[in-house]
Amino acid sequence: MTGAEAANALFVATILIYAAAMFSYAVEYAFDKRAPKRAKALVAVGGASDTDTSADVATEAPISPAAARGAGRLGLVLTFLGTAALAASIVTRVIYTGRWPWGNMFEYTVGVALAGMVTWLWLVSRGSVPRRLGLFATFAVTMVLGTSVRVYTEAGPLVPALDSYWIIIHVTAAIASSGILLIGCVFAILHLLKRSFDRRVSDGKPIRFPLNIAERLPDATALERLTFKIHVFAFPLLTFGIIAGSVWAHLAWGRYWNWDPKEVWAFIAWVVYAAYLHARVSGRSAKANAPWLAILGYAVMLFNLTAVNLVFSGLHSYAGV
Amino acid sequence: MTATLTPAQRKPKAAKRFRAFWRRWWHQLTAMRTALILLLALALAAIPGSTFPQRSISTVDVAGYFDEHPDLAPWLDRLWAFDVYTSPWFSAIYLLLMVSLVGCILPRLNVHWKALRAKVPDAPARMSILPYHRVLDPGADANQGRARAVLKQQRWRTAVREHEDGTVVIAAEKGYLRETGNLLFHTSIIFILVGVALGSLMSWYGNRILSEDKSYCNNLQQYDEYGLGAWVDETALPQFCLTLNAFDAEFTDGGPTAYDADVTYEADGETGEYGLEVNHPLNIDGTNVFLIGHGYTAVVTYTDRYGQTQTLHQEFLSMDAALNSEGAFKFPDVNVDPETGEVDEDAEVGFDAILVPTFDDSTAMLLGTDPELNNPVLALTAYTGDLGLGDGLPESVYSVNEDQIASGELEQVNDDVEVIGVGDSMTLPDGTTLTFDGVEQYAVLQVRHDPGGPVVLAGAVLLLLGLLPGLAVRRRRYWIRWNPDGTVETAGLNRNDFDGLDEECDELTAAIAPGFEPPGTHTDKSGSDE
Repeated sequence: MTGAEAANALFVATILIYAAAMFSYAVEYAFDKRAPKRAKALVAVGGASDTDTSADVATEAPISPAAARGAGRLGLVLTFLGTAALAASIVTRVIYTGRWPWGNMFEYTVGVALAGMVTWLWLVSRGSVPRRLGLFATFAVTMVLGTSVRVYTEAGPLVPALDSYWIIIHVTAAIASSGILLIGCVFAILHLLKRSFDRRVSDGKPIRFPLNIAERLPDATALERLTFKIHVFAFPLLTFGIIAGSVWAHLAWGRYWNWDPKEVWAFIAWVVYAAYLHARVSGRSAKANAPWLAILGYAVMLFNLTAVNLVFSGLHSYAGV
Repeated sequence: MTATLTPAQRKPKAAKRFRAFWRRWWHQLTAMRTALILLLALALAAIPGSTFPQRSISTVDVAGYFDEHPDLAPWLDRLWAFDVYTSPWFSAIYLLLMVSLVGCILPRLNVHWKALRAKVPDAPARMSILPYHRVLDPGADANQGRARAVLKQQRWRTAVREHEDGTVVIAAEKGYLRETGNLLFHTSIIFILVGVALGSLMSWYGNRILSEDKSYCNNLQQYDEYGLGAWVDETALPQFCLTLNAFDAEFTDGGPTAYDADVTYEADGETGEYGLEVNHPLNIDGTNVFLIGHGYTAVVTYTDRYGQTQTLHQEFLSMDAALNSEGAFKFPDVNVDPETGEVDEDAEVGFDAILVPTFDDSTAMLLGTDPELNNPVLALTAYTGDLGLGDGLPESVYSVNEDQIASGELEQVNDDVEVIGVGDSMTLPDGTTLTFDGVEQYAVLQVRHDPGGPVVLAGAVLLLLGLLPGLAVRRRRYWIRWNPDGTVETAGLNRNDFDGLDEECDELTAAIAPGFEPPGTHTDKSGSDE
């Protein structure tokens, strides 16, 4: 097996392992009825919803809570395993190309997935989030990995403009912040789901898909705080990535800021995230809308990764993608 | 005061109303909500700059857009769609944002400056209203001296108050760095904008295509393209000359992996050699020389009807990643009788050409897929007649004037494109020949001087330095009070929305009062006064 084949085999293994982990988490999420109260860091304050909604679910679940928790533990082990396989895939690519692994869009996207999952596992290890929410993290990351397949590029040598140690600094910062913000976006969505779930419950309205998923989510306030913390952590990293990029642009293109499409959209994302951080401290209604800004911010990040690479042509266009 | 006002009394009222009006608008503008809307407006306003070609990036693309959309483009142009980042509407948004920013930081600077020097406020009379509140057991042994030592050691700013009734309160506050960082962050944004403004006024640049063994000196006439800031004196540009000794492009699997331009520079009587590479610019007294591109120069010799020869080194413009390039050879002063000096009819000759670095004759395709010079060929179309160079209008050096062909002033000689390799010749019906002598390389150099750059960089570093504490540091207060009845109370207050104050206060209390045992259940209220 060549290095390229080994890297690709590990990549496929990662997706399969994550899919299995997702399934295990789903079992825990659905059948561990005690879960909302067990989550240490996210103790529900307004836990009224737990009692009155769990009653209408069949008492004779096909899987016992203990078995469901076992599935959750398996899911976590699989997540660690999948992440190790993903890291190994990247390392294998490094070994046989002999260069830093951020050379094209495929490699970038895989890096984002790794950064997202490492962030997630770190949060779980700290006890900041309950294990069963890994369902949503593995789903988001698997989606990212699935997308990356669409832009798969044979690993080759780098074009001269990329041949600089700044690729390590700039692209790593961009990948890490994208990965962390991905998890932040997941929390923002979960928060909004839980919030509207709570509102419907208190209004006595029926709960339909997708809101019924939110029943087993932690407290909405806790999810919102977690969203904020992750963005607080990622924003300086994103800022640093943009600054490092402009230092590199100065060296490679002669100008620190070119209003290249990639730069324009990075600027837009930065401004949207800045708006999010400000909205959070600007009174009640602005704070209530802040999670939408976080989601908008990630939509801009995704647009910058996909549409700007594939549709716009600019200085950041390399090797087709 | 009488009920009726004299005009003299009414006047100050009008002035007051005027001031109130502006103050209200000023408050509106500097409100966080306005800043938010302006931020989002700025994000929105930046979008067209990525969807329409911009003059500041590529005038060629803008011209191309005008060709493709002849009806729409002039309208878009009136809305500054091709100059988004210098347009009045974009400028208006960011200037408003800057005013809002200044209006926000100035009062906050004042408040923060006062807070830094003010005493930490006293505990409220009823400490139990605070989110974190504990009443210590009598056995906890809360010692005042130890309290001061612990708080000092943990770098809390403290104020000790002894009230008349015998109550002693130690008030402590920590995390002032948050606001310091916040203010630094917002100030450095203004700093960056000053740097950008300086750059646009004081910077200049020039792009120059330089073939191997060619030299040029730094003045505007020598540049293919240049731009000057409003404050730049074009006669006072730094004096230096550059020679491209050799250019080397390395390719792996059909893709470029390294460009290396070996240049000699001469400035102030000093000469030096430099290996100019992408990401590795040459700095001559604050002016940077960048390698931003490369391409091929075709060398051809034309032999005219009288046996006179002319050799041209013509730079070609690459059309794709495989460096298939287009260019033109123009000979406006050939076919002149050397004895009489008479110019022949249809004397001028021009060739439109495509240079293919690696021609594959096993396929029907003219264009190659390999950028390396493995089998270079020229695909030629010859024209004779009037090239139209004498009319003084600027025209592309990369193609023969199409208007002249359309008007019949230039006549196409060969019906089919003729492909010749290095050393081969193309013979025209009048017996003249064009010989393909070989291919050289050229480098595209950009020379740029931007005194605003270091200011922007310094601003960016300050911005990051401010951002980190501005987001990560928590401002919080802690009070411990010895009541006259012998009880001891503690309380804490988060001044930012953060977790973990309860734990921190309990640890602090435990350090002050060794006998203190934190209650098992924490009240999970997040106090914030923001």
